[in-house]
Amino acid sequence: MASQEMEELVQREYTQGFVTDIESDTVPPGLDENTIAFISNKKGEPEWMLEWRLEAYRQWLTMTTPSWAHLDYPPIDYQAISYYSAPKKQEDKPQSLDEVDPKLLETYEKLGIPLHERAALAGVAVDAVFDSVSVTTTFKEKLAEAGVIFCSISEAIREYPELVRQYLGSVVPQGDNYFAALNSAVFTDGSFVYVPEGVECPMELSTYFRINAANTGQFERTLIVCDKRAQVSYLEGCTAPQRDENQLHAAVVELVALEDANIKYSTVQNWYPGDEDGKGGIYNFVTKRGDCRGDRSKISWTQVETGSAITWKYPSCMLRGKDSVGEFYSVAVTNGRQQADTGTKMIHIGEGTRSTIISKGIAAGRSDQAYRGLVKVGPRAKNARNFTQCDSLLIGDRCGAHTFPYQEIGNSSATVEHEATTSKIGEDQLFYCQSRGISEEDAVNMIVNGFCKDVFQELPMEFAVEAEALLNVTLEGAVG
Amino acid sequence: MLEVKDLHVTVEGSEILKGLNLTVNPGEVHALMGPNGAGKSTLSAVIAGKDGYEVTSGEILFEGKNLLEMEIEERALAGILLGFQYPVEIPGVKNIYLLKAALNAQRVARGEEEIPAPEFMKLVREQLSFMKMDGSFLQRAVNEGFSGGEKKRNEILQMLVLQPKLAMLDEIDSGLDIDAMKVVAEGINSLRNADRAILMVTHYQRLLEHIVPDRVHVLVDGRIVKSGDKELANELEARGYEWVLEESAA
Ligand SMILES: Nc1ncnc2c1ncn2[C@@H]1O[C@H](COP(=O)(O)OP(=O)(O)O)[C@@H](O)[C@H]1O
Ligand SMILES: [Mg+2]
Repeated sequence: MASQEMEELVQREYTQGFVTDIESDTVPPGLDENTIAFISNKKGEPEWMLEWRLEAYRQWLTMTTPSWAHLDYPPIDYQAISYYSAPKKQEDKPQSLDEVDPKLLETYEKLGIPLHERAALAGVAVDAVFDSVSVTTTFKEKLAEAGVIFCSISEAIREYPELVRQYLGSVVPQGDNYFAALNSAVFTDGSFVYVPEGVECPMELSTYFRINAANTGQFERTLIVCDKRAQVSYLEGCTAPQRDENQLHAAVVELVALEDANIKYSTVQNWYPGDEDGKGGIYNFVTKRGDCRGDRSKISWTQVETGSAITWKYPSCMLRGKDSVGEFYSVAVTNGRQQADTGTKMIHIGEGTRSTIISKGIAAGRSDQAYRGLVKVGPRAKNARNFTQCDSLLIGDRCGAHTFPYQEIGNSSATVEHEATTSKIGEDQLFYCQSRGISEEDAVNMIVNGFCKDVFQELPMEFAVEAEALLNVTLEGAVG
Repeated sequence: MLEVKDLHVTVEGSEILKGLNLTVNPGEVHALMGPNGAGKSTLSAVIAGKDGYEVTSGEILFEGKNLLEMEIEERALAGILLGFQYPVEIPGVKNIYLLKAALNAQRVARGEEEIPAPEFMKLVREQLSFMKMDGSFLQRAVNEGFSGGEKKRNEILQMLVLQPKLAMLDEIDSGLDIDAMKVVAEGINSLRNADRAILMVTHYQRLLEHIVPDRVHVLVDGRIVKSGDKELANELEARGYEWVLEESAA
């Protein structure tokens, strides 16, 4: 296909780019210790939490933005961002769905998440975070019966302080990296999950994040703890309205799996990517790390990344427990002017630890993406095994895909395999499908979905369908 | 049904087809023969609409419509189907999924409903057993890891399911052993009817023992230099292409 034609075709519209007209309670832009005290106070936090935040803030002040990623963006003015925004009517948190602002509920409808019906149908418990406040958590009672705690992190700090204090920052310390330090200082909401010993969480848990207010950043903090032999599957979905200015999203997710515990964490990320010329869009700088603390524990990350102007994200696993297992399945799609630098780190510490990395990158338009993966095998990790497969698919000839695999092997009994391929979406494949009467658009979707199959089959059923649909929207018109 | 008139086609600056004329009527089976590099595959690719070929003059009509103005998929939906010499692999896309999408694209284009799943399965299973293929083919990715013979059978399977008006087959016999050749030939013969035309590209006479053509054309250096009935194929087998060239030059 000729490149001019391609140019015309590489266009799309962000279907979730509406702004909800809700009065919100937003602090003026700027960041200092007073802002942090304000947030902590708004959240009704205990003293130790404020101290923890301030410690993080003081560390952050001494740090600089990481520059090693394969990304290009102007410096962020952290004083121009507002660090707290809450829909006004939410000041007193609703006790049930009936008390939730109907406009908010409408927003979630538009996003395709009617809290009642859909959640009920899918058997999914949803914690919805709107700007900085967790709006409502459904299915709380059913979960409580099983002993599972699923609530906003703010609520957890008030209601379950011992658990939070024990685990918060135990996987991603305050000073871990620039964005993690910022998040630790100013995080406003996020989810908390605790699954007690021996409990298999009776339903999928899910959080939807949405940035609505202008000039706000979203700094959510998620902490999931699975006690011995416990199991949970958790899904995170994200969208944001279409705005000309960039918005910052710097989340931290910490997962803790104790002995024989199993955590499956899936993300479908569809933040606003900016327009064709690269104006606007979300900066998505996220730290996600799982700690396989117990023997035979397992943490599996599955992500479908279609949105954001810039993505910087490396969900990782610390494989401490003997025979623990880490998995990373990723589909990253970039179009327009999007940039993504994503990948994973598998840190093999314990004996017999295993990890699998399957990464599928699809670049279209003028987008650019990099896979960056570290496999590290420590001296005690006898017989550790890793398998990595990284495939990139290019659509058109103005996009780029790069692979940066790093290996640090400190134990000679380890087996580490790496396979990588880069291919252009085959003109022959397209011609083959089209000559069977299938439209170019459908042919691209078919080929791309085929390419991503190994990852999609890792997603919970109902979300696999959603991911496929999202991919098709993202690549609308992106034909090579 | 198909009229190719004084067709000139250039690929990357060099002229490959140099004034080609060909008329194919419904119900006819045509064999297009000729030495390697004569332009046979080029002709079938241009009819199907593949990119990279520049038509510098001439026209192609299909049922009176100007094919050259139609997109690839529009040509397919109009009833033209090309069986490839080297069918491409599409990882992760199930064979049955492609078949169903193709059939439904046709039905939707005709203003019909998509085919109900049980009806589709019945149809596909019948044709599958006709082609002596087992059910596992449907669940495998399109052409991935198929042997040469399996790929060719799969091309015919698609024809049996999609029922084109004009079936074009580019060297469908290459890489087939005798048994596979028989199955493929039976498949093609079963497609023959009064409304359908078949255009077979081959440079061996072997296939034509199984599928007897109504017309045989010799394509040399971008032009059809001689046409005849099935006897011409026998003559080519016995004498090669040289004499045809000499005769046409005289
Ligand atoms: N994509 C292409 N690029 C360059 N040359 C081509 C291409 N396709 C065909 N040709 C040339 O066109 C001529 C005819 O090729 P083809 O149609 O494949 O012949 P046949 O099928 O009769 O053997 C050959 O000289 C071949 O090298
Ligand atoms: Mg050929």
